[in-house]
Formats: sequence, structure tokens, C-alpha cells
Amino acid sequence: MSQQTLDCRNLLCPMPVIRTQNALKELSEGELLEVTCTDPGTLSDIPTWCRINEHEVISTKEIGHEIIFVIKK
Amino acid sequence: MTQNISSQDTSNPPKQRKAVALISGGLDSLLAAKVVQEQGVHVEGINFYTGFCVEGHTHAIRKKDKDKQKRNNSLWVAEQLGIKLHIIDISEEYKDIVLNPKHGYGANLNPCLDCKIFMVNQAQAWAWAEENDFDFIITGEVIGQRPKSQRKETMPIIARESGADDRLLRPLCAKNLIPTLPEREGWVNREELYGFSGRSRKPQFELAKKFGFEDFAQPAGGCCFLTDANYSKKLADLWDARGERRYELDDIMLLKVGRHIRPKKNFKLIVSREEGENNFLRGYKKQFTSIHTVSHGGPLTLLDGEFDKEDIKLAAQIAARYSGGKNAEQVTVQVENYKGTSYVMDIPPMPSDDVKQEWHV
Repeated sequence: MSQQTLDCRNLLCPMPVIRTQNALKELSEGELLEVTCTDPGTLSDIPTWCRINEHEVISTKEIGHEIIFVIKK
Repeated sequence: MTQNISSQDTSNPPKQRKAVALISGGLDSLLAAKVVQEQGVHVEGINFYTGFCVEGHTHAIRKKDKDKQKRNNSLWVAEQLGIKLHIIDISEEYKDIVLNPKHGYGANLNPCLDCKIFMVNQAQAWAWAEENDFDFIITGEVIGQRPKSQRKETMPIIARESGADDRLLRPLCAKNLIPTLPEREGWVNREELYGFSGRSRKPQFELAKKFGFEDFAQPAGGCCFLTDANYSKKLADLWDARGERRYELDDIMLLKVGRHIRPKKNFKLIVSREEGENNFLRGYKKQFTSIHTVSHGGPLTLLDGEFDKEDIKLAAQIAARYSGGKNAEQVTVQVENYKGTSYVMDIPPMPSDDVKQEWHV
């Protein structure tokens, strides 16, 4: 399964959410998107946005200051 | 029951109407969307990012706010309503609204009426687009709620100048306004809308209770930094120093962070106040000259503007004044330009009394 990546480091919410939303629009159903963020607000915002827009957060990892989400469209 | 079915043309059931609701994250837009949703209309939310939104930013920057709930209220509202939320970045187009508001500013640099017209216009462009195909727009406006934009005389101006005309429904005060298309066509029942007016929040709180909404956001200064006097002062200072009214997104983000100190017209310092701001400002080191104290613990400082070596020395003395070495004879600082080239120097920290009050923006 193909996996696209999106760099949202140093962006503050809601920009990581907007970038994620726009990147997912370009993907097909079932494709994966890996999003790297540094704003701790994304820990709440990205999963919420995915829930309400019916996408699935497959995994969330925190490595140092970085938060990495894998999202399935 | 049988009678009902036989009285309708079952081969052609009435189309479910679609409304897009402007969602700010506050209570009024939540209630407005809910009122229409309760009438069987399909509602989706739209939220605009202007760059000045209080929602989202500062709580993520300052470490001291770490224990505060970090939720985006527009997302929270959408989840409460069970609706989709589309967040649109309008920060670039929005500059013209801030710089040239046709209807002028409010108490600070807040162009509230132009802002509302612009947002409804953008919502309309999105809603009528072929791939979305919505029927009308909802806002949480209440007559008399806001002194600049939410008045009886501004309601038709917003409808007309946004281009939404009578497809703009304000469910919370609709009964005080002329019936709109969704009401006239029976897409919504006007009798089940509301006639709120004035600054009191009591009717909204009662309605929230009726719907079972708790824990909704009640930001004291609204949802926009431009309504904040201190923030507007910093923005005005930026324009004054540059000799022109313009800004980039990074400028307006940085106005939310740190102490802003302008010892001379040609440059200012942005001095972090704590670790969270330090981390945030660190992300800008490739765009600005920065100063940090080496011999003592201290803040990260960015220099914004144009400056020579003497200016840097002055800035370093001010930065050292905010470090752990403020009472030391000498403090060693590292100065690094945006290309990463750096040097160190020893300087005496500026005495507190010499940091003039009028330098603080």
C-alpha cells in the first residue's frame, strides 16, 4: 500500500490540520498518509479531525519533540 | 400513518436540503447549526483560518499553559454536532481585509464587519461549488450581540455584500429579520427558529442547556487577536517601523510570542519569556539573527528589522538583562545570523532602569 508523507514541523494548529485535510483530498480511499508535527496541539486536533471526517488514525508516535501520525483515508 | 404515505409521492421523496454552517468554536455558531440540524437539514461546518485566530496557537506555545485543555473548539463543536468540518486557510486573501477594510475598524484593528462579509462570501463560494452543492448558509449572528458587526443595520449589508443574499439564515435571530429563502421555501420552519437580540447571553445559555451542551468555549475577547488592544498595538508598531502597512504570516505569528522591545526604530527584539516560547522561536533561527546567552541561562532573542554591529551590541545587552546573569558584570552571548554563522561576545547586561518603558511594544 502506498504511503505519502507530509511535513508539518514548526506549524501551529490549525495549519497541520489544514495541510492534512488538503493532502488527504489528493489520495484515494484506503491510501496512507504519514504526517510529522511538532505542535502538541495536534495530539488532540488531528485525531478529532479524522474522527469527524471519517478517516482512521492507524498510529501515533512521539519521538522527542516530533509527533508522527499515520492516517488511512 | 397510512394516510401520510398515501398523501406523498413516494417515488419522489423531498430532497434533503443541505446547509453549511460557519463554525467559530463559540456557543452561538454551535447553537445555530444545531437548531437547523434539528429540523432535518444536512449540516456541515466550515471554519476559516485568518492567521489571527486565537483558536489553536498560543496554548501550544507557552509551556506554562501546558496543563490547559488543548482542544480546538471548532473541531470540538463539529464533534458535538456529529458534522463534518472543512477548515479553509484564507490567511493570504485576508490581508486585504485587515489592511483595507471598507467599513473601517472597531475599537482596535478589528475589521469585524468586512471580516464577516468576507467569510460569508467565502462560505458561499464553497457551498455553491458544483462538488459541494449546498442550499444555504448558517451563521450564529445575533442582533445587538457585537457593537461593530452584529447590529440590525449590518445584517442586510452582510447578506448583500457577501453575495449570499437571502440564502443566508441566522437561526438565532431569524424571527427579528425578514424571512429568507430557506424559510419561504419551507426548507426550515421559521416558527422553530429564534428571535434573540441584545448583548445578554442568557437565552443562548438556556438553549445550550435544552440541547444538553456543556463545557462549551466562552473566550472573553472573542476568537480573533485583532480585537485585543495589546496585539493591535504591536501590529501598528510593525507597520510604523516598516513605513508601510503590510505583513507576512510569520510576522503576525511572532506578535503573539515573547516580549517585543524596540530600542530604535530600525529594529526590535523578540525575547522569549519561557521554555515553550524558546522552543517556538528556535524554529525561526533560519530567518532571523538570534542571540542567546552562553555564560548564563537565558532566553532566546530574535532581532527583527535592519541593524548594524552597534545595534547588535545594544540588543545583546538588553537580551543579557533578561538572562540569569542580569546582575553579573559580564555576560557571554552568542550571536548567530540566519545563515548559521555565529560569534560570541562578552557584554555588560543593561541595567533594568535603562530599559526604557517606551521601548516595550
